[in-house]
Amino acid sequence: MSDNACARKTAFRNPADESFTTKALLVAVSLVFLTFFLFLPLVSVFVEAFREGWGSYQEALVEPDAWAAIRLTLLVAAIAVPLNLVFGVAAAWAIAKFEFKGKAFLITLIDLPFSISPVISGLVYVLLFGSRSLLGPFLKSYGIEILFAVPGIVLATIFVTFPFVARELIPLMQDQGTGDEEAALSLGASGWQTFWHVTLPNIKWGLLYGVLLCNARAMGEFGAVSVVSGRIRGLTNTMPLHVEILYNEYNMVAAFAVASLLALLALVTLALKTILELRFGAGIAGGRH
Amino acid sequence: MEVTITNIRKEFDRFPALNDVSLKIASGELIALLGPSGSGKTTLLRLIAGLDFPTAGQIFFGEEDASHHSVQERNVGFVFQHYALFRHMTVAENIGFGLKVRPKATRPAKAEIGRRVSELLDMVQLGGLEKRYPNQLSGGQRQRVALARAMAIEPRILLLDEPFGALDAKVRKELRRWLREFHDRTGHTTVFVTHDQEEALELADRVVVMSQGKIEQVGSADDVYDRPGSPFVFSFIGESSHLPVEVKQGTALFQGQPIGIPEAQDGAADLFFRPEDVALVDASDTLFGKVIACRRLAGTRIAEIDIANEGHAPYHVEIEVPLHAPVEIGSDIRFRPTRWTLFRH
Repeated sequence: MSDNACARKTAFRNPADESFTTKALLVAVSLVFLTFFLFLPLVSVFVEAFREGWGSYQEALVEPDAWAAIRLTLLVAAIAVPLNLVFGVAAAWAIAKFEFKGKAFLITLIDLPFSISPVISGLVYVLLFGSRSLLGPFLKSYGIEILFAVPGIVLATIFVTFPFVARELIPLMQDQGTGDEEAALSLGASGWQTFWHVTLPNIKWGLLYGVLLCNARAMGEFGAVSVVSGRIRGLTNTMPLHVEILYNEYNMVAAFAVASLLALLALVTLALKTILELRFGAGIAGGRH
Repeated sequence: MEVTITNIRKEFDRFPALNDVSLKIASGELIALLGPSGSGKTTLLRLIAGLDFPTAGQIFFGEEDASHHSVQERNVGFVFQHYALFRHMTVAENIGFGLKVRPKATRPAKAEIGRRVSELLDMVQLGGLEKRYPNQLSGGQRQRVALARAMAIEPRILLLDEPFGALDAKVRKELRRWLREFHDRTGHTTVFVTHDQEEALELADRVVVMSQGKIEQVGSADDVYDRPGSPFVFSFIGESSHLPVEVKQGTALFQGQPIGIPEAQDGAADLFFRPEDVALVDASDTLFGKVIACRRLAGTRIAEIDIANEGHAPYHVEIEVPLHAPVEIGSDIRFRPTRWTLFRH
């Protein structure tokens, strides 16, 4: 009788379930992986940053060159992110709501920054605006510096972060179709009113999500920016570049202090992203809530 | 508002979706565009609305040539198949949208918009649901909100794309009757698209039957059902059978045998008849064959009969047989259409 009951118990196990050992093993593997590749590096950044106490941590951040790097990073993000917001919405709108020749090519172009190495992205600007290029000397004669100056850093950052907003919005807007826009137009709304009152509210969560990712990358970009910046301390050094310089000078506390700010930024972005997904998950995924 | 469509042609990537379509819609009429998918009915509706523009041809609203007017200028009420309600707006905001986006000079005051919205909500029997969002409404309620929203702009004509397509059968029937009453009360010129013949025949004053980008026939429910103008209309609307026949010396022959149908003009033709328009007769010049199957269909009994003559491939037709005298499967049966149409090749 009891044998029978036991047999039943196993027979009725959920078909998608696994034995305890298998589950424990898989969870352990994941935990070990996460510990070594995520938690430990993150913790070590903060441990190193605070190794000599809160005082030196603060000092490292208010030091003029570090402070200049923080300001430059914020400035670059403040220019690049709004521009890419506008470009991204425009590109996604064109691709998702209209049919035209060369659409597939445009999508490929939008993905280009993802598919090429950031260093190459930087080099392109060196070739375009360098002292031996056509444009560089011409602009220089009017007193406009692109390379090894803020405009070059902004350009490289815009290029590298271009796909984030567009990529986030294209599937969302394609899924939503043009029905709502047509309804608004048939009710007498102008193109601008339709965009403002109908299209934008429909994509706002996806857009916010794209902007968050774009911002995180804009502040953290290293490769492309390092090529075009020239790394002039206090002038053209962004936070990631400044971290590298400090590290190369064996100034560990300062390097990790600045790095901890970038790590914090990543954490805040992740937290915001998670909150958005929890609250408006369906909205972000399908644009319907 | 009278609408006149003259020689409209619409191409998508050089493929004609509509070919030389002309139609006159009388003021206050309720008209159905009926056809299978791909017949061009929705394309025609969108052209009338100004959501698409014709490759050639003209559209008149009354005397005014509206062919090049934008959708906003045409001032039409359009109800979309899936309603296209703005999901981030409440029911009241949805209905008031068309008034809110008007230029300052013609925009009603806020209080006035609110008054109009509740008036419209009462009209579509949804009073009290102002603050709901579209996803808190049933399909039938959404449909009526979409209608109220379209009516809010005081449209010159009302256009509905498959208005009941996304609803279940029962709600569909209710809304169908409700829409007819609504139309009779407001008197708007109304055009709706449907692929459901029952819906078109029950609801519309006139039915426009379309196929492959062309209008096959325009007429009342009686016209298109009792006097179909083309083989397509005959087979698309209602049940029907058709036989290839040869007319010789004043009578139609099926596979060389006379079937007792007189016809003056000699030549090849297609004979169409409905299952209910046959009589069982005992004569030599009739259609005859073996009963293959017999099934009960609501208030009637339908027999499937193979009428092929010896040496020919099976040819099945369906006829109605008396409810109280079931025919035996495998038995021979003789019958003749009492009403039919011959379409010449």
